[in-house]
Amino acid sequence: MALQSLDITARSATTTPSPSVRGTLQVAKLIDISKCIGCKACQTACMEWNDLRDEVGHNHGVYDNPRDLTDQSWTVMRFSEVEVEQGRLEWLIRKDGCMHCAEPGCLKACPSPGAIVQYANGIVDFHEENCIGCGYCITGCPFNIPRISKKDHKAYKCTLCSDRVAVGMEPACVKTCPTGAIVFGSKEDMIHHAEGRIEDLKERGYGNAALYDPPGVGGTHVMYVLQHGDQPELYAGLPKDPHISPLVGLWKGVTKPLMSLGIGLAVFAGFFHYVTAGPKEVDAHDEEKSS
Amino acid sequence: MTNHWVDIKNTDLVLIMGGNAAEAHPCGFKWVTEAKAHRKAKLIVVDPRFTRSAAVSDYYAPIRAGTDIAFLGGVINYLLSHDRIHHEYVKNYTDFSFLVKDEFAFENGIYSGYNPEARKYDKSSWGYQIGPDGYVVTDPSLENPRCVYQLMKAHYARYTPDMVFTICGTPKEAFLKVCEMIATTAAPDKTMTVMYALGWTQHSQGSQIIRTGAMVQLLLGNIGAAGGGMNALRGHSNIQGLTDLGLLSNLLPGYMTLPGDAEQDYKAYIDKRAFKPLRPGQLSYWSNYGKFFVSTMKAWYGDSASAGNNWCYDWLPKLDKGYDILQVFENMNQGKMNGYICQGFNPLASAPCKIKVSTGLSKLKYLVIIDPLATETSEFWQNHGEYNDVDPAKIQTEVFRLPSTCFAEEDGSLVNSGRWLQWHWKAAEPPGDAKGDQEIMAGIFLRLKAMYKKDGGAFPEPILNLTWKHRQPDAPSPEELAREFSGKALKDVTDPKDPTRVLVKAGEQLNGFAELRDDGSTICGCWLFSGAWTEKGNMMARRDNSDPFGIGQTLNWAFSWPANRRVLYNRASCDPNGKPYDPARKLIAWDAASGKWSGSDIPDFKADSPPEDGMSPFIMNPEGVARFFAVDKMAEGPFPEHYEPFESPLATNPLHPANAAARANPAARVFKEDWSTFGKPDKFPYVCTTYRLTEHFHFWTKHVRLNAIVQPEQFVEIDEELAQQKGIKAGDHVRVKSNRGFIVAVAVVTKRLRALEIAGKKVHTVGVPIHWGFLGLARNGYITNTLTPFVGDGNTQTPEFKSFLVDLEKV
Repeated sequence: MALQSLDITARSATTTPSPSVRGTLQVAKLIDISKCIGCKACQTACMEWNDLRDEVGHNHGVYDNPRDLTDQSWTVMRFSEVEVEQGRLEWLIRKDGCMHCAEPGCLKACPSPGAIVQYANGIVDFHEENCIGCGYCITGCPFNIPRISKKDHKAYKCTLCSDRVAVGMEPACVKTCPTGAIVFGSKEDMIHHAEGRIEDLKERGYGNAALYDPPGVGGTHVMYVLQHGDQPELYAGLPKDPHISPLVGLWKGVTKPLMSLGIGLAVFAGFFHYVTAGPKEVDAHDEEKSS
Repeated sequence: MTNHWVDIKNTDLVLIMGGNAAEAHPCGFKWVTEAKAHRKAKLIVVDPRFTRSAAVSDYYAPIRAGTDIAFLGGVINYLLSHDRIHHEYVKNYTDFSFLVKDEFAFENGIYSGYNPEARKYDKSSWGYQIGPDGYVVTDPSLENPRCVYQLMKAHYARYTPDMVFTICGTPKEAFLKVCEMIATTAAPDKTMTVMYALGWTQHSQGSQIIRTGAMVQLLLGNIGAAGGGMNALRGHSNIQGLTDLGLLSNLLPGYMTLPGDAEQDYKAYIDKRAFKPLRPGQLSYWSNYGKFFVSTMKAWYGDSASAGNNWCYDWLPKLDKGYDILQVFENMNQGKMNGYICQGFNPLASAPCKIKVSTGLSKLKYLVIIDPLATETSEFWQNHGEYNDVDPAKIQTEVFRLPSTCFAEEDGSLVNSGRWLQWHWKAAEPPGDAKGDQEIMAGIFLRLKAMYKKDGGAFPEPILNLTWKHRQPDAPSPEELAREFSGKALKDVTDPKDPTRVLVKAGEQLNGFAELRDDGSTICGCWLFSGAWTEKGNMMARRDNSDPFGIGQTLNWAFSWPANRRVLYNRASCDPNGKPYDPARKLIAWDAASGKWSGSDIPDFKADSPPEDGMSPFIMNPEGVARFFAVDKMAEGPFPEHYEPFESPLATNPLHPANAAARANPAARVFKEDWSTFGKPDKFPYVCTTYRLTEHFHFWTKHVRLNAIVQPEQFVEIDEELAQQKGIKAGDHVRVKSNRGFIVAVAVVTKRLRALEIAGKKVHTVGVPIHWGFLGLARNGYITNTLTPFVGDGNTQTPEFKSFLVDLEKV
């Protein structure tokens, strides 16, 4: 890689050693839910920077829109109305998206060489040109983040604006956040910043305020400040103790050689089909279906 | 705002009431988060809904829509009865000690002088006792029962926590908790900021709600201080500039007022407005009214305006009444208007009672729309199915659509909520045939002028003689207009104390309004903006954000009216000896060595008036002090009183159950035919309130794909209990109807609304966002203002969008 910030430390389904000469700063995004006003500017900035346009959908009786992550919506706000204390309503608004795990389940699960990479700065990125659309990354993700596009059958998710970070800029969502609820920097600085926020929240009566940096996935490069750190599930089901699914371990241990063989056979069959039947023609009907 | 956006970071306590800053002003709301982060400030939200502002608050208290005066009156009672006020401040800087006329009275909810047929007051009894020296009589001991303090104390003694609970539905402990938090800022070195917006203005008693808030702030000594103030969050760029430049029907630029029908005499017009001081040693800055007025008339009429013709005073319209938006649509409905030029305004969506607006527009001969977007108003005549079910064959109005530029396609200045005039530069060329607003207006004006010149007319002079010295007459530039509103000298302007000293040479831009003259030697399009463009250049284009005092007073960033002053009434941040109440947040202080007031701000005071001279901080008032007793300035009375919204779930005002005349605002104007359009609680049992969402801006952003994606479809909000009663689940479609029409939308069922106990009965609130219509990229929807009543505030006529009655059913 030409850019130090994009040195790759891990690649899916690859055993070639990674470069390790250059020292790269570990980065992190910190989302302080106690400062988030749910304005969705981050969602909009994400769509603008990444040239994404989800469909104009429907209201489903909630403020969440689009209702869920899609190949076009890499981040969405999730609104939860909770009463932790009797009679004291709280509206917890969590910006959902890829957590950029230090031990990424998606990368472990991915059978396609180089489709999922982890940079030395901690960002986990999908290289869609290598993606075969198998959806294993979804199984591997403890946070249910990647989405397969109906258009090109490839997996998409937040890149932590790796293209911006590579040239020294903050992610688009961070830049646009009007209240400073989303901040970005070295992981070390972000942990330090979170400590100050947690102290403030404790003074305001949130005795269980805490940083969400779950050890089950080796920590994350997207972290939350939670008012109720003891109950992350309150925040639209944020997992309390996320782990990579045992199915992924199984895949890595026993089934991987078999599956690799299967994939090899599929490729061979595809080649055979191409040679005998010719290239696939896209007709107008297909075009319409995919647009 | 008395203060400004950045200054909010200096506060100890934020009260968001009658607004929803996090949703409607998310970028400005960052200063609340700064105050919380760096000053450990607390945030209180009082609102009928648990809003996104409430989501990040330290304390939330619910309130029934339209009852804010009862709540704030309760706070006043709490502060007075618990003696939690800033004594030195109120004693020296307010009218606490002023004696009120003996004829002034308040009985059964009605003030002295009421005429029920006209729904108006004779305000002659609403005044001070004036002594033989021509000054107000005072009682510094505050013991005289006719002093403002005693009258006010008696007035608000009725606003007990129980009464607040009865009217507002706010639980007593929640109300008292808010009172206690507010009371902490009575300490001289503590301040509270009040952030409000249309949640206070859009009521039949909106102006009085704001006054009550200001009275709370005065009692606490929070006006004039850093981190304090009454801070109106303007909802529309450039609505602050609109009022500053006098675009309301009764205003001239800089809050000067148009004469009424009875004011045909120029001298009497000026004398009535150039207030003489009402207390010894006071400045009464409006005494300069003549200088502001003459300079404006010189800007408009140039050489035609002279002392001999009273600066063309006779050419100004003399008002028989206000021509606010409600009056205009009433006139259309009565067939009294032929044409309407509608610039940057979408009344079919933005004005109350859509059916009345639509009927009015249908009676016009022509309608001109100047707008960057295809507005609903421009297609009011077209059938859009259930969302605009009209018969185009029956509408003969000819509609002209003139596409204009949007803000990013033009140079110019915008005035923000904090009174900063900030210059902005064109970022893109306008699409298609779109033209700037000045170019469109110039095109209309020059054609009118040519027609008057050729054909004459009833009254051609004001049109034919209007100054129009632009390099491109058909496209006046923003720079030319800005230089004109800032003002220049026509002749040398000299120092009144030393006539040999020239302050500004003929032809030069003025440095500020202190240089304005009433002899025709200066021109100034808007005295408040004077100094925005001086000989040094465009002050509005300055972008130096250095903050030498560390409290966000960036005096070299843009230009703040008046005189680049950032915090109004800042003299009141000091004690009577000129020492800051809080040295850590010093705005100004008296410097005996230099004999001047100075500090981090431009003094809102006579800069060389020493404390011992006793000039008081509120220099725009002839009293020199702030008023709790509003004398004759308000339509409803000198002290705000709670009245029910015109449509309310209560048959009587709990404060005056025996007096039907005191149920709703007795001084609000209601057009005759509109009385029958008000609904009653037997058919329309639910309180309805309308509002904006953070994802959208009015009726514009439904034309923008990104906004449409994040909030695509019209919805209404109802509480869980009401939903259960009606068998409604989240996502179902519901019909919301008032006595004026109905809308259909998706139901959002939420804990954030809850039924309140009001005067012993359970009252539910239905929330309806405003943003949808029948044009744009978001899913089409009904116009929310189909539902709203055609009645406005008694002073400003701002429509009562925030509290009315509806019924609701599952579709």
